[in-house]
Amino acid sequence: MSIRLSSAPHIRTGASTQSLMLNVVIALMPCVAAGVYLFEMNALAVLCMSTGTAVLMEYLWQKLMKIPVRVGDCSALVTGIILGLTLPPTLPWWATMVASAFAIIIVKQLFGGIGDNFLNPALTARAVLLASWPAHMTTFVDISREHVADAVSMATPLSGENAVEYTWMQLFQGAIPGSIGETCKAAILVGLAYLLITKTISWRIPVITMLSAFVSAFILGMDPVESVLTGGILFGAVFMATDYTTSPMNASAQYAYSVGIGFLTMLIRRFGAYPEGVTYAILLMNILTPLLDKYLPNKIYGHGKKKEANQA
Amino acid sequence: MKFTFKRGVHLSYGGKSATSVLPVREYVTDYVKIPMSMHIGAPSEPCVKKGDLVKIGQVIATPVGPLGLPVHASVSGEVTAVEKIPYLMKDPVTVVSIKNDFKEEWVDLNPLGSVESVDPSMIIPAIRDAGICGMGGASFPTHVKLSLKPNQKCDVIIVNGAECETHLTADHRLMLEYPRRIVDGLRAAMRALNVENGVIAIEDNKPDAIEAMKRAASGRDGVSVCELRTKYPQGGEKQLIEAVTKKQVPSGGLPIDIGVIVLNVGTCAAIADAIIDGMPLIKRITTITGCVRHPANLMLPVGTIVEDIIGFLGGFPEEPGKITFGGAMTGLCIPNMQIPMMKSTNGIVVFNEREAMSMEEGPCIRCAKCVHACPIGLNPYRIKVEADADRLDAAKKLNVMDCMLCGCCSYVCPSRRWLSASFKIVKEKLIRQAKGGQKA
Repeated sequence: MSIRLSSAPHIRTGASTQSLMLNVVIALMPCVAAGVYLFEMNALAVLCMSTGTAVLMEYLWQKLMKIPVRVGDCSALVTGIILGLTLPPTLPWWATMVASAFAIIIVKQLFGGIGDNFLNPALTARAVLLASWPAHMTTFVDISREHVADAVSMATPLSGENAVEYTWMQLFQGAIPGSIGETCKAAILVGLAYLLITKTISWRIPVITMLSAFVSAFILGMDPVESVLTGGILFGAVFMATDYTTSPMNASAQYAYSVGIGFLTMLIRRFGAYPEGVTYAILLMNILTPLLDKYLPNKIYGHGKKKEANQA
Repeated sequence: MKFTFKRGVHLSYGGKSATSVLPVREYVTDYVKIPMSMHIGAPSEPCVKKGDLVKIGQVIATPVGPLGLPVHASVSGEVTAVEKIPYLMKDPVTVVSIKNDFKEEWVDLNPLGSVESVDPSMIIPAIRDAGICGMGGASFPTHVKLSLKPNQKCDVIIVNGAECETHLTADHRLMLEYPRRIVDGLRAAMRALNVENGVIAIEDNKPDAIEAMKRAASGRDGVSVCELRTKYPQGGEKQLIEAVTKKQVPSGGLPIDIGVIVLNVGTCAAIADAIIDGMPLIKRITTITGCVRHPANLMLPVGTIVEDIIGFLGGFPEEPGKITFGGAMTGLCIPNMQIPMMKSTNGIVVFNEREAMSMEEGPCIRCAKCVHACPIGLNPYRIKVEADADRLDAAKKLNVMDCMLCGCCSYVCPSRRWLSASFKIVKEKLIRQAKGGQKA
């Protein structure tokens, strides 16, 4: 009989990278359902294209580069779905594909794959689309009055002077122009609840980001409730700012990061050239993440009290 | 109000239910191998040789060095060998093997009487002569812990009955069956150091033990019972002190630096045995559980061989994968079944093949779960990067020396990374480096 030797601990928690990613996928389902319900086949097509491309690209890249194929960890699946949900339902299929491939290969794999990319892949791809094909990215269909197929292309509620007035209830339910997954706030909150209950993410980043956005809007002279309910801030706070790899890890750094995202978003909305600032706010804070973790360390047990010792 | 510490983990698996309701049984083996290194400090020097006849409680090895402890025969009979065997540590350990003649012959014991009336200056020497070391796992010689320097003062002695590890129920059963002994031992330590406060701290998953200890403590001077929240590692010395006193032990310091001494419940009971009965530390309660046919809490003579214990409990129901001394979070794997348990062996846990399977390490996804689990407040994910690259100085800067190897980070890691395991290696290298006085 042979017995093994190994280091402690001899038990591990049930959660794995795959199970955590699948939790995110499940949490995204209400948004997917709401998006497909609101924007119909257009949304479904965009989502399928972005998800399919992401997973395929991850697999092909890892095969080609002869590195361990980790597509089973489902992180590419998450990236694909999140990217799809941040795109307008009318985006041409080729643009979706380019964005998805960019997210996986350029942003994620070239920087070392899961855990090593310093920018959120889906958001960076979205930013690339915004810069490359701004017309496609900022044209939304208004489905609040008519059927999608007959709808006229128009701007989001955020677009300056021509903005249409919506009630808070309409904004909450999501029957407004916007990206596929960001309009239905109810679905996002259901997803958030699921992520918190399953302990996939901590409350810090989503809650503090929302609070920060609310307070910042108020300080900058905007309607705080409407500011939080319009655009992608809620979706960003729950699903994009919380990306493990690109967000800080120390608790105090997470606070600073979240406050930064909320504030920058509102600052860009108020003074920037873009109607929406969530994308850039999160990307900017992604870049600051290593710095925040470095300068806002945890308090370590038994440190900083050396003087007091031995006096007793 | 319940007491606790910052961070830590809620273990989803306890493994205690199999043995927590089983009363302690006696098992006397016919052959023991008593290790000479059961405590931190230099191994004791055997003073018997092959062929000698020894009685129970007879000194078979004398202390060496400042942290030395004597070792006593746990059975009576003939010394059959003094030899070196492979053990838990890297180096082989000298053991004295004794064949039990079952005559139960004892040496003359020297009881000191009631802990409340004994001369306080007699207490610490008696603890030393009884060969008592910490029985919770660290095995630090207890008389050294209780010998204060002139500038040190102890305000409170905390008795550790948290037993936060998985599987183990030895302390739980001790608290249920010998609560007065624990209080007596605590009182002896308090009187030896002239301490007015003694706190017995127990996790709230053992309400019966809390009840038993409260009853035993009532009417005793300065002794109270403190209920702790069930969380791992509540019984870690630093966490226990933080929970009970709200104070933190300074980094690199000892509890006595903030006026605290922590003793395990088993250690307290051993102190009481030494004072009241003059009995040296020759047996202890050990939980044997996991993949064994009849899990049990056994009172074992020190030096009982694992194979004999497992045989007594009906063997393995299925092929064992690994066997540890201690629970699943911090237990040490034993290399084979022929090795003996020792004074600090609070549990022997058998894992089956499936449980023993090692998991493949994946890449860090920066989920921060280790950061929010570490009871010390370290960044395990960053230390692991330095540890993998063997950058000892960088790991030291990240305070790896404050790591107490509780295993929380490895437990929560979704990528199954060997975090605490690699820190253990780094810490050992750094300690060797400091001792060698040269940089690597």
